[in-house]
Amino acid sequence: MKWATRAGVHIDRAACAWLIRRHIDPTAQFVFVTDPAGVPADATPFDMPGAALSHHGGDCSFETLLRHYDLTDPVLWHIAAIVHEADLDDERYDAPEAPGLDAVVRGLSMTCADQQILQITHPVFDALYEYHRQGMLHGREPA
Amino acid sequence: MSGESGPGEWVLLSYRVPREPSTPRIAVWRKLKRLGVAQISDGLVALPADPRTREQLEWVAEEVTDAGGSAAIWIARPGTVGYEHGLAAAMAADRAAEYRAIIDAAREAAAVGPDAKPAAVRRLRGELRRVTRRDYFPPPERDQAQAAVEALAAEPASRRAAREPA
Repeated sequence: MKWATRAGVHIDRAACAWLIRRHIDPTAQFVFVTDPAGVPADATPFDMPGAALSHHGGDCSFETLLRHYDLTDPVLWHIAAIVHEADLDDERYDAPEAPGLDAVVRGLSMTCADQQILQITHPVFDALYEYHRQGMLHGREPA
Repeated sequence: MSGESGPGEWVLLSYRVPREPSTPRIAVWRKLKRLGVAQISDGLVALPADPRTREQLEWVAEEVTDAGGSAAIWIARPGTVGYEHGLAAAMAADRAAEYRAIIDAAREAAAVGPDAKPAAVRRLRGELRRVTRRDYFPPPERDQAQAAVEALAAEPASRRAAREPA
């Protein structure tokens, strides 16, 4: 399936792309557009103004995707809190990782092309997922 | 934002939120305040244009339309350098007032007992980060506020050390 989002990938779009590949569509292909009108007819838009899979009701797009696809994994919702704070910084959640992750991805958007950012952030989100999965499993921060 | 080559680009949000219900209207107002927008007129706000400010205002626009209002995003240049300077000066004055509040709070916290200081430092560092984030034309008060908070952070340890029995 083809998925479209805005060019100039930042935290929410990078996290959404990871979520889509991992949990929604393993063969996902991503295209980047500068204007909503540029979304190909056969692509599903996300994290774009006007799209269903975008910011809604105070949620960031990652949270909207989790709700839309009924993903209830608590580890994913923990990552959602981090992505939400890194993206919106509205203090809805306590997510101390957020400012650091935000700085790294913001820097990547200055040094890398969009496809490359997804390649780099994919294993980062895998790692974040595993770290918090272990934490939840053992009820404390993993070593 | 270079004064010599003419006014820079600004991203504008024109919006209208229904008066009732008031919850989404207040949520939008809070978000705009948090972003530190310049209020050009009723229902028209502006930020210097960059990918982040544009995106943030686009999300607010989305929230306005979700709430049954109408909103549009514009990229525009002030007609004159003078008008742009006026906008920037008004925004800098708003931030300066926020920095002064931090400086006052740091001084007050320094006057109370050392036990309350760690919490005050944490709170003021957070507040400083939030204000700095919406500060597009830093006034001199920014450095002063930073110095005031760091001075507060440095203080308790040395006082405690001084009070330590020999």
